[in-house]
Amino acid sequence: MTTSDAFISIREVSKYFGTFKAIDTVSLDIAGGEFFSLLGASGSGKTTLLRMLAGFEPTTQGEIHIDGMPMSPVPPHQRPVNMVFQSYAIFPHLNVRDNIAYGLRKAKLPREQRYAMVDRMLELIKLPGYGLRRANELSGGQRQRVALARALILRPKVLLLDEPLGALDKQLREQMQLELRALQRKVGITFVFVTHDQEEALTLSDRIAVMEGGRILQVDTPGGLYEAPRSRAVASFIGSMNFFAGQVRRNGAHDAAIETEGLGTITVPGDSLRHADGAAVQVALRPEKFTVSPTRPDGRQAVEGQLLNAAYLGERSHFYITIPGRNDPVAVSAQNRSRGSGLGPAVEAGGTVWLSWQDDACVVLDPE
Amino acid sequence: MTDIPHLQRPNRALQFYAALFLIVLYVPILLIPLFAFNDSIYVRFPLQGFTTRWFVELWDRQPVWDAFGNSLRVGVAVSIISTILGVITARAITRYRMPGKTVLVGFVMTPLIVPSIIFGVALLVVISRIDLIRPTLYTVALGHVIVCLPFAVATLIPRFEGFDASIEEASADLGENGWWTFWRVTFPGVMPGIVASMLLTFVISFDEFVMAFFLSGNEVTLPILIWSQLRFSQQFPSILALATLILFFSIPLILLAMWINRLGLAPGQIEGDGA
Repeated sequence: MTTSDAFISIREVSKYFGTFKAIDTVSLDIAGGEFFSLLGASGSGKTTLLRMLAGFEPTTQGEIHIDGMPMSPVPPHQRPVNMVFQSYAIFPHLNVRDNIAYGLRKAKLPREQRYAMVDRMLELIKLPGYGLRRANELSGGQRQRVALARALILRPKVLLLDEPLGALDKQLREQMQLELRALQRKVGITFVFVTHDQEEALTLSDRIAVMEGGRILQVDTPGGLYEAPRSRAVASFIGSMNFFAGQVRRNGAHDAAIETEGLGTITVPGDSLRHADGAAVQVALRPEKFTVSPTRPDGRQAVEGQLLNAAYLGERSHFYITIPGRNDPVAVSAQNRSRGSGLGPAVEAGGTVWLSWQDDACVVLDPE
Repeated sequence: MTDIPHLQRPNRALQFYAALFLIVLYVPILLIPLFAFNDSIYVRFPLQGFTTRWFVELWDRQPVWDAFGNSLRVGVAVSIISTILGVITARAITRYRMPGKTVLVGFVMTPLIVPSIIFGVALLVVISRIDLIRPTLYTVALGHVIVCLPFAVATLIPRFEGFDASIEEASADLGENGWWTFWRVTFPGVMPGIVASMLLTFVISFDEFVMAFFLSGNEVTLPILIWSQLRFSQQFPSILALATLILFFSIPLILLAMWINRLGLAPGQIEGDGA
């Protein structure tokens, strides 16, 4: 994406709290209508960046443009963005209708029109007839929807969401994720969504920025982040990952070979390897990319190992397998396609198993 | 033997202490209304019989009415001024990161521990140095604002602290500037504290003696009048009647202030205007 079609453009923005660098020269472009997530652990700067978009935190350096307008001279109440707060921040002294209509004061609309708009919003968030309920009569999920309606009624160019599903229980959370995604498609507004939950980010987003220590580690689609992480930090933050230290042995036009600790000399597609011959690398393989079998599979790269531990989780099983040349056991996740763990009763802890994988499942990363 | 948890078992010695404490605190106060209805100008037992003539006598005395009017005017002005200042101070203390905040809070709270006689003398010295200012009800009000401000701030700070800052941010985010945010969100949120602060500071000002003693000129407030009348023994019972009235007026007001202050953001308390 080029800067010109970016709807939100963050250019080399830094934020200091005293001497603490909360945001460290971040540059980021977000397209109009995109569902964009900022993903990171607490303290990664994701919420600070969101609050800078809302205008609650001034930028120390750099500039944020929204729809082509520089934002640093614009106070929060004049920005074309609205926010859904983590605590929802429902006005406790107002009922649902007055909460949703709060931002319409300046529109100077007649009362009937205002209430009609609120009623349409209540339809949209699936709470019709809730207008006269008091804020303290609402459940967590309902408050979350009211906060959403209160922001969306103003038709903002950008909706900012600060972990809006964090306070909900798992079931409600999954339901709200689907609703949020459907809602975003319906209204077509750019969503910037802050979360620490990688699964949530993967489910909802068009693109995700992974943040750590005030920096952006990688911006990519959910599939891109999961299948082609560019650093160990991203690879281990999203999902789980097995790492194998290795060294590039051949860097030809087609296939390349990497000598690894544990997996032996493996071949990877040549076009996926940027490293020079002889370079130290890490090979990363996700647990579900391995296949475990009691006997050596044909025609695939495979190593022999000992089953250390097996956990049966219903839909899938987790295996921990020790292989020669590597201290840590390899984590493997396998879908239970037939009844039982698929390995059969013959293999018990300590038994011999074979680990195999496909060439293109390997991700080659820089060493630590 | 008993299913009362060990720590919740009644403690006889503590119960006795509590009873004694309440007796020492309140029995002298209860003697005032007792003698206010006693048909004798001497405050002594045995009681002589029931009468309301001291109250009637009080009713007919113009100086009492004047002093009452003065106290009322000072009290209302002081409660409004100190509560406004209290709102500003409490908001600043709870909302802004600023250097020397603890020192500032200390300064605001100082009148609680510095004897008011010192503040009274100090203010009198300042006033007597400025030719344009004479001790009047205005100077009394000024002194009372100093005394009342810590109470206003102490009443309001918990209100502001219990008030989620993101609610004000949400208002700003929905397009309201600081002024509108204050009136549409902050003010209704801290309203119980404001009412409590006004009631409390009114009662404190109404009952205050030391500042008023130094700073009132010819216009006296009710406590000053009471003090000046104590010399005349034949007027003592009617002063007791006055004290009785003040008691029965102050105590419910303080209780009301405490009750209002304990109200959460009760539904229906303040109705929003919609938009």
